[in-house]
Amino acid sequence: MKLRKKVYIAAGTYTISLGTGRKEFHPRKPRPGLEHYIIEAGQGVLAQVSDPRVIDECVVGNFMAARFNRQGNLAALMPTIHPSLEYKPSTRVEGACGSGGLAVMTAMKSILADLSDVVLVIGIEVQNTVKAIYGADVLAGAGHYASHRKNGHAYFFPSFFSDRAGAAFKKYGHDEVRRAMTQWFVNAIEAGRRCPEAQEHHNRVEDLHALGNTPPNPTAFVDNLNVFDCSKVSDGAAGLLVLSEEGLAKAGIAKKDAVEIVGCGTSVANLTELPADPTTLATSRSAVEKAYGMAGVSVKDLAFAEVHDCFSITGILMAEAAGICAQGEGFDFVSDGGTRPDGRLPMNLSGGLIGHGHYTGGTGVRQTVDNWKQLTGKAGDFQLEIPANRPHGLVISMGGNDKTVVVFVAKQA
Amino acid sequence: MDLAQRYTNVGVIGAAGKMGSGIALLLTHEMALRKTSPGAREERFKLTLMDVNDEALDGLKGYLRSQMRRLAEKSTVRLRAHYADRPDLVENGEIIQAYVDDALDLARFTTDLDQLAGCRLVFEAIAENIDLKVKIYKQVKKLAPEAFIFTNTSSIPIRLLDEQAGLGGGLVGFHFYNPPAVQRLLELITSPTTRDDLVADAQQIAKDLKKKVIPASDIAGFIGNGHFIRDGLYGIAEMEKLRGDYGFAGGTYMVNRVCQDWLIRPMGIFQLIDYVGVDVFQCILGVMNQFIEGEELHSDLIDELMKRGVRGGQNPDGSQKDGFFRYEKGQISAVYDLDKGDYQPIAAAWSDRFDKALGGLPDGHFPWRALSRDTSKTAKLEGYFGNLAKAEGLGARLGRDYLKRSKEIGEQLVSSGVAAKAEDVNGVLLNGFFHLYGPINDYA
Ligand SMILES: NC(=O)c1ccc[n+]([C@@H]2O[C@H](COP(=O)([O-])OP(=O)(O)OC[C@H]3O[C@@H](n4cnc5c(N)ncnc54)[C@H](O)[C@@H]3O)[C@@H](O)[C@H]2O)c1
Repeated sequence: MKLRKKVYIAAGTYTISLGTGRKEFHPRKPRPGLEHYIIEAGQGVLAQVSDPRVIDECVVGNFMAARFNRQGNLAALMPTIHPSLEYKPSTRVEGACGSGGLAVMTAMKSILADLSDVVLVIGIEVQNTVKAIYGADVLAGAGHYASHRKNGHAYFFPSFFSDRAGAAFKKYGHDEVRRAMTQWFVNAIEAGRRCPEAQEHHNRVEDLHALGNTPPNPTAFVDNLNVFDCSKVSDGAAGLLVLSEEGLAKAGIAKKDAVEIVGCGTSVANLTELPADPTTLATSRSAVEKAYGMAGVSVKDLAFAEVHDCFSITGILMAEAAGICAQGEGFDFVSDGGTRPDGRLPMNLSGGLIGHGHYTGGTGVRQTVDNWKQLTGKAGDFQLEIPANRPHGLVISMGGNDKTVVVFVAKQA
Repeated sequence: MDLAQRYTNVGVIGAAGKMGSGIALLLTHEMALRKTSPGAREERFKLTLMDVNDEALDGLKGYLRSQMRRLAEKSTVRLRAHYADRPDLVENGEIIQAYVDDALDLARFTTDLDQLAGCRLVFEAIAENIDLKVKIYKQVKKLAPEAFIFTNTSSIPIRLLDEQAGLGGGLVGFHFYNPPAVQRLLELITSPTTRDDLVADAQQIAKDLKKKVIPASDIAGFIGNGHFIRDGLYGIAEMEKLRGDYGFAGGTYMVNRVCQDWLIRPMGIFQLIDYVGVDVFQCILGVMNQFIEGEELHSDLIDELMKRGVRGGQNPDGSQKDGFFRYEKGQISAVYDLDKGDYQPIAAAWSDRFDKALGGLPDGHFPWRALSRDTSKTAKLEGYFGNLAKAEGLGARLGRDYLKRSKEIGEQLVSSGVAAKAEDVNGVLLNGFFHLYGPINDYA
């Protein structure tokens, strides 16, 4: 399948990812709510267009505001960004932690259907409203409540990925896998330090390897992961525009400041089932293959990848799902620095979910913004030099335990 | 009777007090875990929380409710298994709430000592008063003849209490540190007459409550106060020496600083006395003086402060009351001046003179807070104390003398048999007082 017309991304922005680690974060002080983040991200986008009235439509990606913030109907919060959005169409989409990717995808569909030329996309989650142990209940909604929650772990999602890590330990050897997971963590923090909005931007820990190697504590957490293997609890939002060719002109955005989505893929897998092979991300792989196929590219054409690393183990398995390495080779690849900025295929240059932060329902939008930043030369201290013969960037946005996946391949417009 | 049976009927006397409330919390958690653990549902558990202060019992209820929630939140991984057979409890939030409810359901709050009838374990944390404790034990003995009694006494010899109350070896010293729910250290005091089965149970209970046990002999003050009280008396004596040149307030300020900064302790000696309470210090001093021979354990100054109502200790909200110092938001803001009968604010204009007299800190110095989290603290302490040994100035001299005295006290605790070995003395200071190094060291 090919896209029937060109679709562009531009005017990206994101707020800081607020949570433990950021100097601005005080657990006991009042914090900004949903409304604040929607406005900050939305106005950050509008500041990059000639006239706010060019926006035809809004899409907001969010996972669980109904529980974290006791707020539904987020689509109707969009007019708080600008009065001109009053009476415009607006849709909220949800696909767990893949909500952000789905939001971008939904906006694309509007462009492709000729319903809109300029769509404002916001991805948002504000989840420091509850302690982590209760947040685990909320996030567990990304799994199947009826079949898995009662017998599940207190830290429901970490335990799914702890099981994946455990399966990888068995298959490939504990030390080899552990080494790669720790290296993934180290890379994530170092990258986060280079991105001013990242949650780990203020991280000053000297010996990150030692920290990353902290032994797991199964009585307080899960069997095979320590807390550093996990993305943190974050508040934040990201925003961008999805545009048609006409939309770019209307918004006064030059091509050099936009990227073109040349391929995309979406896949879901049966929520009620556990993965057949815990050492692969089969759904992600299926979506990646669709996107490569549509774009007519292969992994050799990528300059970098921005993937969903809710846990260190996930990031490594993503490298395999994206075809960057063969199955089982992701561990050595990561341990040997293959995903670092100077490696064969740099990944998560602004820190990924572990280093940048993970405002769950907003992360897919944040990843798409980072992809746009890299390809348009706006990434500041984490900017990569994009090789002319490998001009593409990959985004993998994943919801649940590899259940809802959206993938984009983009290049500078 | 085995310990599992004993755990089904437990009492705390003085449960609403500073120590009693923490002990009540630890027992509520332990008993609730037993009550909800898979397979134990049929047994009846009863925790009787007794105090003469009815109003304070209301406060205890609130404290237990909020603290049990906190503990449940930390134990959810384990608690999910405890409620695995309850299909109605699915989310962490539901399980935490159920556990808090189950825990509070086993607690009974009362002002009536008779409610302890039938108890099998009794924890006592009332005032440090021999006659009162003995009187209460006698009543407990009647109400609950099978009960083992655990006293939290800070200083009174166990054997004396046991004999006066006719407990036949059924009393053990179970000396928690303040606050019991947080501090890991527990001094376990037994006398030659303490029953063996009680000692074994006490060891196991300490383990259940996640305490680090250090055994101490039945000599008034035991290890912790044996060191602290003498260390405090030394600080007072040093202050008296400086008083002529620097005044009472200046001397107090200086000795406290030497202790905190030159010795790299979490707080200076007078702040520590305030934290414990001048009243408590006086009381323990009195008990120790009564039972320890050949040593003058007394302070006119402490008596005088008490006469003037300078008592230290904490307010019910945990904030520090005025003592040697006055505090604002937990920080020292003024120092008591015995000569003026008032507090002298500590501003640079006032304290400069004393800081100058003490001189600078030796090279390689780190504040306690920074070192406490440092993985290479031992090497840094060695370097620093090496420099202190050679350093000049009043602060350095006072610091060296203080180190020496602290070591002497530690060695005396071993030689007089209070502690079995140097490591036990050091262990108490490290774990109970958060010192970074034990008093028996090579630095002095
Ligand atoms: N505070 C400390 O740092 C500390 C540390 C270790 C040991 N201790 C020891 O613990 C014991 C209690 O000290 P605390 O600081 O908790 O004192 P506290 O005054 O805070 O508590 C004592 C409690 O006992 C209650 N009480 C008094 N007489 C009673 C009676 N006849 N029956 C029932 N309850 C009665 C009081 O109402 C009060 O609630 C003392 O033996 C003390 O030496 C204290």
